[in-house]
Amino acid sequence: MTSSVATSEHETGSLRDRVMDLVRATEIDGRLLGMIVTLIGIEIGFGLYTGGSILSPVNLLTFATQAVQIAIIATGMVLVIVSRNIDLSVGSVLGVVAMTYAVLMHEVFPTTIGVDTPYGWLIALGAGLLIGIILGAIQGFLIAYMKIPSFVVTLGGLLAFRGLVFDISGGSTQAPDDTQFVVLGGGPLGSLGGTISWAFGAVIIVAIALYLYYNRRQRRRFGFPVRPMWAEVGIGVVGLLIVVGGVAISNAYHWPAGLIEQYAAQHGISPEGLVIEAGVPWPAVILLAVTLVMTFLATKRKFGRYVYAIGGNPEAAELGGINTRWTIMKIYILMGILCAISAAISSAQINGATNDLGNGYELLVISAAVIGGTSFAGGVGTIPGAVLGAIVIYALRYNLQYIGLPSNNQDIVIAVVLIAAVAFDTYSRRNAT
Amino acid sequence: MSVQQQPEPRPPAAPPPGGAGAANVTPAAVAGGATAPLVEMRHISVAFGGVKAVDNVSIDVRPGEVVGLVGGNGAGKSTLMRSLSGAHKADSGEILIDGKPVTIANPRDAKNAGIETIYQTLALADNINAPANLFLGREILTGVGTLDDSAMEDATRKVMGRLNPNFKRFRSPVRNLSGGQRQSVAIARAVHFNAKVLIMDEPTAALGPAETEQVRELIRQLKSEGLGIFLVSHDIHDVIDLAERISVMYHGRLVGTVDKTDVTIDEVLGMIILGQPPDKLNREQIQSLR
Ligand SMILES: Nc1ncnc2c1ncn2[C@@H]1O[C@H](COP(=O)(O)OP(=O)(O)OP(=O)(O)O)[C@@H](O)[C@H]1O
Ligand SMILES: [Mg+2]
Repeated sequence: MTSSVATSEHETGSLRDRVMDLVRATEIDGRLLGMIVTLIGIEIGFGLYTGGSILSPVNLLTFATQAVQIAIIATGMVLVIVSRNIDLSVGSVLGVVAMTYAVLMHEVFPTTIGVDTPYGWLIALGAGLLIGIILGAIQGFLIAYMKIPSFVVTLGGLLAFRGLVFDISGGSTQAPDDTQFVVLGGGPLGSLGGTISWAFGAVIIVAIALYLYYNRRQRRRFGFPVRPMWAEVGIGVVGLLIVVGGVAISNAYHWPAGLIEQYAAQHGISPEGLVIEAGVPWPAVILLAVTLVMTFLATKRKFGRYVYAIGGNPEAAELGGINTRWTIMKIYILMGILCAISAAISSAQINGATNDLGNGYELLVISAAVIGGTSFAGGVGTIPGAVLGAIVIYALRYNLQYIGLPSNNQDIVIAVVLIAAVAFDTYSRRNAT
Repeated sequence: MSVQQQPEPRPPAAPPPGGAGAANVTPAAVAGGATAPLVEMRHISVAFGGVKAVDNVSIDVRPGEVVGLVGGNGAGKSTLMRSLSGAHKADSGEILIDGKPVTIANPRDAKNAGIETIYQTLALADNINAPANLFLGREILTGVGTLDDSAMEDATRKVMGRLNPNFKRFRSPVRNLSGGQRQSVAIARAVHFNAKVLIMDEPTAALGPAETEQVRELIRQLKSEGLGIFLVSHDIHDVIDLAERISVMYHGRLVGTVDKTDVTIDEVLGMIILGQPPDKLNREQIQSLR
C-alpha cells in the first residue's frame, strides 16, 4: 500500500484512469482542481478574445477585490448549507453593519471623539462586529432552539434588517469614510506595497512548506501511508508558483498618475519617473486570513466536525451526544461576524454606505457556495471551494461586462454555470464508487 | 420453571392485564440473587401519541451476562433500548445502575454511565469517515485543541483489526462502505470506549457469515470480561446460543423473562408469536407454530 485508497481500489487501465490515479495520489480534491482549471480556462478564453487586454493586472485585481465581499460570506454559507440550513439574511446584515460603520464615523464620532482619531475606525469595527454577532445570535437562537425553519427566520431577517438599515441611516446615503478605514477596501492606497507584498508571499511559502512537512510527519508517526514524495514536492511547487504569481501580478499594478503626483507633491519630490508598486490589496489579505481560519474551524476543530456530522445525519449527531443546537447557533453567530468583516470591505470600497448596499448578496453567496461544491442535501461542501466559486462568478461577471455584455445577460451566463456545476456534481456522484 | 412475568406495579397503579401469573418478586430475587443486576429497568413506559410502544416493562442484566430481547416487529424492543441509551426519554419508570437510581435524559448521560449502544439504524453520519464516526462526540484532541485525526485513525485501525480484519477503508466516507462494513463501524464504536453495558440492537443483521461469527466471538469475549449485554435479535438461534436469559416482548408488553436452560426454542417462539408465557401455552398452540 503506497498511497490512499486509490491504489487498492482501482486497477490502472485507460489513460483517463491513469491520470485520475495520479491526481488521487496527490490527495487533492478533484472538485477544487476542476474549478481552478475552469477559472484558468475562463481567463485564457477571455484573454484570447480580447487580445490579452483583459489579463492586465488592474483588471485581475479589480474582479478579485470585488469577489472578496462575496467570498468571505460564502465561507460561512458553506457551513450553513452543510448543516442543512440556509441564510437569506446575509445581504441585509451586511447592510446594517455597513451603515453602522458609516453613521458612527460620520455622524457620531465627529460630535463625540472627533474626526479621524487614530482609533475611531477600530471602535467602529468593534461595534459592527458586535451587531453582526447579535443579529446572528438572534437568528441562530430562533432556528436552533425554537426550531423555526432557517428559511423562514432568515427570510424574516432579510426583510427586517433591510428595514433597519433605513432606520439607522435616516434614509440618506452616508459618506465619506475615515481615511484609515478606507484602506480595507483595497485599491492603490489599500494595498501592501511592493516590498511588503514579497515579504508576505515569502511567509506564505514558508507556511505551506511547514504545513506539508508537519502533515507528513504526523502520518509517519502512526505508520500510515504517506503521499509519494513527487506529489509532496509537486504540491509545494504549485503553491510556490501561485504565491509568486499572485504577488508579481499585484506588484505589476502601479499607482496611477494622479496619485503619484499627489504623493510627489506631499513628499516634495519629482513625479517624473516615479513608480510605486501597489502590491497585494488588503481585501485579498483579509480573504486569505478568513479562508484559513474558516478552513481550520471546519476541518481541525470539533465545531466543524459536528457541523458536518449534523449535515450527514442529524440523528446520529444527537445520539453521539453532540450539542447540536448550540452548534447551529454558533454557525449563525459566525455568519454575523463574516457579514461584519465583509461589510467593512464593501463600505470601505464605496467610501460610505448606501441603503441598498448588500441587496441581493444572498443569491451570489449561495451561488458561490453551490458552484464550489456545497450540496443542499447537507453534509458536503468545502470552504476553499466556495471561495473559488465566488472568484469564478466574479471572473465571469467582470469579463462579460468588459466585453460589453449587458448585465441581464451576464446573469444568464452565471445561471448556466451554476446549474452546470450542480449537474456535474450530481453526475459524478452517481458515477462514484 | 423460573418464568418471570411482568412484576406487579407498585400500588397505587392498576394491576397489568395478564400479569397475575406465578409468584414474582423482583427479577434479581427470582434469579437467585447470585449477582446484583448491573442495570435494572423498572416499569418503563413509552408512548408515541396514542401508541403504547412500551408498556410497563421491567428487565435487567447482570455483569457477564447476555440478555436476549426478542419479539415481533414493532413489539417495542428498540424503543425500550433507546430509553436506556438516552435516545428517547421514557414517560415513566426508573432505571437503576449498580442498584442506584439514575436519570438518563440524553445519550451523553448513558455514555457517562458506561452504556454503549449499537442502534438498529446504526446512527452513522454517512458523509464522514469511519474514525470520525467512531469518535463522534468524543474526539481525540491534540495538545493545542485540534482534532487528532491520525490518533483517531490509529485507534480505529486497532479496534477494527479485532472486529473485521479485512476492513481497509479508513479514509472513505462511510456512505461508500457496504452495509456490513457500516455495521462493523457501529459495533467498533460501541466496544471501543470500555462500556459496562452494551446494547446491541440487531448487531448482525447486515453481516456475512464470517463477520457474524466474529461478532459472536466478540460477544462471548466481552461477556467474559464482565460486561452486561442486551442483545436484540430476530435470530432465535443466535439468542439461544449467546444469551443466558431471554426477555420476550409482545405489543409493548413484557411476556416474560426465561432462563434459556428452562425453555425450548418452540416455547420461545410461542411467547413471541402468541404473546403468552410457556405455562399458559398448550401443546396444540405450540404445535400450530410449526
Ligand atoms: N419515533 C416514533 N414515533 C412514533 N412511533 C414510533 C416511533 N418509534 C417507534 N414507534 C412505534 O413504537 C412501536 C415499537 O417500535 P420499536 O421500533 O420499538 O419496535 P421493535 O420491537 O424494535 O421492532 P423491529 O423488530 O421491527 O425493530 C411501533 O408500533 C412503532 O411504530
Ligand atoms: Mg427495532
